[in-house]
Amino acid sequence: MAPLKYLYSTDHKVIGLLYGFTSLCFLLVGFVLVIVIRWQLAFPGQPVPYVAGLLGAANAPGGIVLPEFYNQLGAMHGTIMVFLGVVPLAVGAFGNYLVPLQIGAPDMAFPRLNLASYWFYAAGGAIMLASFFLPGGAANNGWTSYAPLSDLAPGHGQTFWLLGMLFIIFSSLLGALNFITTIVQLRAPGLTWFRLPFFVWAQFVTAFLLLLAFPALQAAALLQGMDRLAGSSFFLPSGLAVSGQALDVAGGGNALLWQHLFWFLGHPEVYVLILPAMGIAAEVIANNTRKPLWGYRVMVYSVFVLGFLSFVVWAHHMFLTGMGTAISAFFQTTTMIISIPSVVILSSLILSLYGGSIRFTTPMLFALAFLPMFGIGGLTGLPLGLATTDIPLHDTNYVVGHFHYLVAPGTIFALFAGIYHWFPRITGRMMNDVLGRIHFAGSLICMNVIFLPMFVQGLAGVNRRLWDGGAEYAHAQGVLHFNVPMSIAAFGLAFFQLFFIVNLFMSIRYGRRVDTNPWEATTLEWNTGTAPVRVYRDPYDYSVPGAKADFTPQYERAEA
Amino acid sequence: MIPDPMLEWLGLPVAGSAHAADVDRVMALVHWLMLVLFVGWSLFFAYVLVRFRRKAHPAASHHGLRGRWSSWIEGGVLAAEVVLLAFFSIPVWSSRVDAFPSERASTVVRVVAEQFAWNVHYPGPDGRFGRTDITLIGPANPLGLDRSDPAARDDITTINQLNVPVNRPVIVHLSSKDMVHSFTLPQMRVKQDAIPGVPQPVWFTPTETGEWEIACSQLCGLGHYRMRGFYAVQRQADFDAWLVSEAALLAEP
Repeated sequence: MAPLKYLYSTDHKVIGLLYGFTSLCFLLVGFVLVIVIRWQLAFPGQPVPYVAGLLGAANAPGGIVLPEFYNQLGAMHGTIMVFLGVVPLAVGAFGNYLVPLQIGAPDMAFPRLNLASYWFYAAGGAIMLASFFLPGGAANNGWTSYAPLSDLAPGHGQTFWLLGMLFIIFSSLLGALNFITTIVQLRAPGLTWFRLPFFVWAQFVTAFLLLLAFPALQAAALLQGMDRLAGSSFFLPSGLAVSGQALDVAGGGNALLWQHLFWFLGHPEVYVLILPAMGIAAEVIANNTRKPLWGYRVMVYSVFVLGFLSFVVWAHHMFLTGMGTAISAFFQTTTMIISIPSVVILSSLILSLYGGSIRFTTPMLFALAFLPMFGIGGLTGLPLGLATTDIPLHDTNYVVGHFHYLVAPGTIFALFAGIYHWFPRITGRMMNDVLGRIHFAGSLICMNVIFLPMFVQGLAGVNRRLWDGGAEYAHAQGVLHFNVPMSIAAFGLAFFQLFFIVNLFMSIRYGRRVDTNPWEATTLEWNTGTAPVRVYRDPYDYSVPGAKADFTPQYERAEA
Repeated sequence: MIPDPMLEWLGLPVAGSAHAADVDRVMALVHWLMLVLFVGWSLFFAYVLVRFRRKAHPAASHHGLRGRWSSWIEGGVLAAEVVLLAFFSIPVWSSRVDAFPSERASTVVRVVAEQFAWNVHYPGPDGRFGRTDITLIGPANPLGLDRSDPAARDDITTINQLNVPVNRPVIVHLSSKDMVHSFTLPQMRVKQDAIPGVPQPVWFTPTETGEWEIACSQLCGLGHYRMRGFYAVQRQADFDAWLVSEAALLAEP
């Protein structure tokens, strides 16, 4: 066993697994950070038990989390979860492993670029983690890094954040180019566009989003880096006075510009998180209903519309920056329009269940739960997307609940579904079903106990990102008591992830051995024959009338 | 009119301004739409999970659902959103940002945000704000107000205390000295980012008297959680008396 062989392999499967392992580790790190946040929110100012010594005396003297450290935890939780956890898992791991297999390609189009993309990602992640050990600690200006706060933040944490982001973005750009080229050029003979599995479509559109949206933040990060290191004032207006002192900077910049550049990335980024998850859910649902996806073509069109529209909704994050009627009407309208293709995809997935013969396997449970959880996340986006109702809800816990429903019991559930579903393809063994079901049920309950009360708190007016959870404010008093059960559920969620971790490692060695296509699936990744593949049919030919089995793989020649 | 039960369920703060009812109405309508869609989808979801489980339905149908009624539902969602936008959200927003009352008929006040306090600046009896200059900023003069300016002599400044009279429009000229803050009066349904270099006016007409808190809604540093101020909506006579008492403080050496 030579581990170096795996670290330097250009095989897309090995790179996918590297991405998968690394991003799961980062998800765990991001989760640990939020455990400390949840402790602080439930028991503000009380020493963190058991692990107080690990937090560092400068961050948490006597185990009591300082506000500076709380802001580090918040900023780095968001950054790590989004940029180092979910996206690399959804795109880097699932995309790299499955896209070439599902399109019958020998590998990605540019295997070395693929490896480079992983190492840029790993370097970016290492820089982010290292920043915790700097004097002054990691970035503490929110994952959005709004200027001037981030421009003027003391210490080097924010600089490291910018540097880390440059690496991560570079990695994404290399990956995106690779995916687009691979999907356009390397499809197996017979695999026409409308025979592509929906997952491949989702990855294809995601790659365009990464390619076109990330450069805005790349540029913005460079500009902010100049502001911090070279004395420029891209995001610093004239006339700033900090702590009672007129600030000695050139000025003349625009703080609002950062927000535009950030959200021009930030909103497509939301769809980078969501689209691959939709793709995974679609694959798992088709397989476990034993019937084709309902409205496959419409779903494909919807993914494209989502992709395009995701570039013209960014300023709905900025309604309260001083927007006039015309601009706010534009962004409200595009936001309402973008809800339609999302509704179409979600409806199609639910309607796909109709007439099926549903197997409640562990991956299917996660994929099914994804639907209503994602639904709650999507629906609660409506009052935030209307500028009028955004006034009371903006920057409250309602927003936190909204996007966590999309990403945590939404996207991450779909990612879990994918792991349980494709684990036998990777290892030739099944993951344990009992442990999987405990993991599912525990996670589902805990997630809802954590995130549902956030809507109640947000409607009452409790703001996010508060060190004491809003304990200072009179209007928060009626809903603060939710914080204790929410935090206990967060600790419970951590407990139930142990079942997953144990299951994952145990099943690699001791899982039940299975044949090459244990789920009786139709798509190409389950064809492990060595002969070059040819595609003869649609991606989801399940329960075809008159066929000999209830699935007819894409690589099976039509019967004469 | 029958009170909307949704408003009660949502548990919003007291509606204390003239436009609060408009905002809350949209809030209730959106949540009705969300509730109907969620319950509808959930019922269908539960039905298909039971009806089409493997035991009850061993052989799947290749075609699945037939009929176009899902398009009708999607069309219905679109129509509901168009109504919400065109008849509710955009008009209410327009009334917030386009229909500013005249300054003559309003209480006009400057609010300057800084880490981690709200500086409030009243023009005084002359109705004119005095000149400010960042070089004059100091511990005793957080606004950098130039008291030698004639317009500044009668200006009243407070920290973290905003008083306004009831039933008269209030125009707040909002700005920030340092970071992005967000000026929030939950009971007035007012929230406006205070961005340095981008001063913004915001207005509302308080209709309820009471004493509440100003909140900061935008992460502005380590003290963000305690960037709390106070505001009081008073009867006109009480407000006038308060102004007089603040002016008297000014006269003291």
